[in-house]
Amino acid sequence: MEIYLDHAATTYVDERVKESMDKYFSDEYGNPGSFNTVGLRAKNAMDESRETISKILNCTPQEIIFTGSGTESINLAIKGFVRANKSKGNHIITQKTEHEAVLETCHYLEKEEGLKVTYLDVDEFGLIKLDELEKEITKETILVSIMYANNEIGTVQNIKEISEICKKHKIKFHTDACQAAGYLDINVQNLGIDLMSLNGSKLYGPKGIGLLYVKKGTMLKPIIHGGGQEFGLRSGTENIPYIVGFAKALEIAQREKDVEVMRLINLRDYLINNVLENIPKTFLNGHPSSRLPNNANITFLDVEGEAIMLMMNEYGICASSGSACTSKSLDPSHVILAIGLPYEAAHGSIRFTLGKKTTKEGIDKLLKVLPGIIEYLRQVSPVNLSLKDMGK
Amino acid sequence: MNVGDVKSYDNTSWFYTDTVKDHFFNPRNLVKKDNEIEVKDFNGIGSVGSPACGDQMSVWLKIDKNETIKECRWRCFGCASAIASTSMLSVIVTENDGMKIEDAMKIKPQDINKRLDGLPTRKFHCSVLGDKALRAAINDYFRRTGQNDRMVIEGAKIIDKILKITDKDIEEAVLDGADTFEKVQQKTKVGIKDKTCIPEVEQLIRFYKEKYFG
Repeated sequence: MEIYLDHAATTYVDERVKESMDKYFSDEYGNPGSFNTVGLRAKNAMDESRETISKILNCTPQEIIFTGSGTESINLAIKGFVRANKSKGNHIITQKTEHEAVLETCHYLEKEEGLKVTYLDVDEFGLIKLDELEKEITKETILVSIMYANNEIGTVQNIKEISEICKKHKIKFHTDACQAAGYLDINVQNLGIDLMSLNGSKLYGPKGIGLLYVKKGTMLKPIIHGGGQEFGLRSGTENIPYIVGFAKALEIAQREKDVEVMRLINLRDYLINNVLENIPKTFLNGHPSSRLPNNANITFLDVEGEAIMLMMNEYGICASSGSACTSKSLDPSHVILAIGLPYEAAHGSIRFTLGKKTTKEGIDKLLKVLPGIIEYLRQVSPVNLSLKDMGK
Repeated sequence: MNVGDVKSYDNTSWFYTDTVKDHFFNPRNLVKKDNEIEVKDFNGIGSVGSPACGDQMSVWLKIDKNETIKECRWRCFGCASAIASTSMLSVIVTENDGMKIEDAMKIKPQDINKRLDGLPTRKFHCSVLGDKALRAAINDYFRRTGQNDRMVIEGAKIIDKILKITDKDIEEAVLDGADTFEKVQQKTKVGIKDKTCIPEVEQLIRFYKEKYFG
């Protein structure tokens, strides 16, 4: 049996979610756009799901646009907003540890459409500095896009304070909340945001479904054109079983959040404290307290992350690494570099992300084998760095 | 715990060939402890790469009078591909009573790859550093035995035509922290006599800075 500690990559689908989706494949297969009873039943299921989600987000159903993924939601939010608001300005602000979905969308718009983008630095914990955000705002600034919680190091940004600043300067605010949705407050009124991207595959829902919350009065242009579904913002026949599953997953996450968050924080801290205590030359990446309940990102000096991962994999432990050797680009994690650590620290960083099926027994198994793995790889390694070299 | 005894919890999940896996978990000729070898017993020592680039390898060679490699020990900071490649390389040069250094210098990453039954395409670059470290160690042997004329600086391109300074020297200087032309010149003396190379040197510094330090 695997010990899966890669929940930030994706989660398994909750059995209750799977069950809720089941009948919408072959029994209730209708197209909600069809004017017949089969289509109507599908439309009802979709409307109900939208209603359910709108209550969780504390918005109206018309403010929810279903998409095919978190990445698509982010693309729609940024491209759609920038293109619809060209007359108001040509500058947006984001930050360096965003997910590629944000960074690559911004790079694209810079290159192809002449958009000006400011990428804010983060501090050693991965937080943006609010005064720097305010300093970068110009007359041309139309949008700020700052992620809610980081997918690699788990750092949670001060979303409410960022939204205050945006309001003060009459700028719209988008947040990528894909990693946060299962654990943090996603009440859009509390947060005071204008656009928020979510997806199903991080909260025990199906993959291939996302949503964008679009506050009423926020102008967007669609990026996918066709039959005009989703209030004209996302054409294509709606994916009813996935929409139903997504709503169910969000509902369960909200209901069980408080208990599960406490459980995960305890397990997470147990993992972090034990690793840092028992394995020399290790340190935690990200914020010590303002972090996702399920994220532990640890650097092991003198060893390379891929080698650690493969060793752990042999024991049935699945995690992920910021090492260049595990990335398609062969560059180490841009997030670890952005928090000011040198390349050698990025190569030796491992991300453990916990979830519903994580137990203390599983963590104990990890804690039992990990010191030996690190010790072994350090014997192989000619490198001998010190924590001081890393400013620790 | 003996990591080498680990059995895969299922037999389907391994990304590499059995040979790579074997050399990763049971590396041959590895120097395990600092005091395990006497450096003075070895007459060719080479080290290439840096942890910042994700790979660093050190190779210790014992070469006899007939120029045969009798022992090849190593250490490696790198991923599974890098560790397995270096281990396999150490086997290739020492098996059958050892390889002549003439032949060892001709080993290509492709040869190691073949013996490992193939690395995944995108991991192939990880096997490149092993034979570079081997050649660095052989060059060190030439230097120690006063045969500097036999040293092969392979793959390097001469940039400064008067002082014979290569792109590799500039790469090393940048890796050592020289981030401006002035600092690189301080370290390498590049461009002092051959002024025509300065624009190319500046371009190389930018390239290596981008490559290693983003």
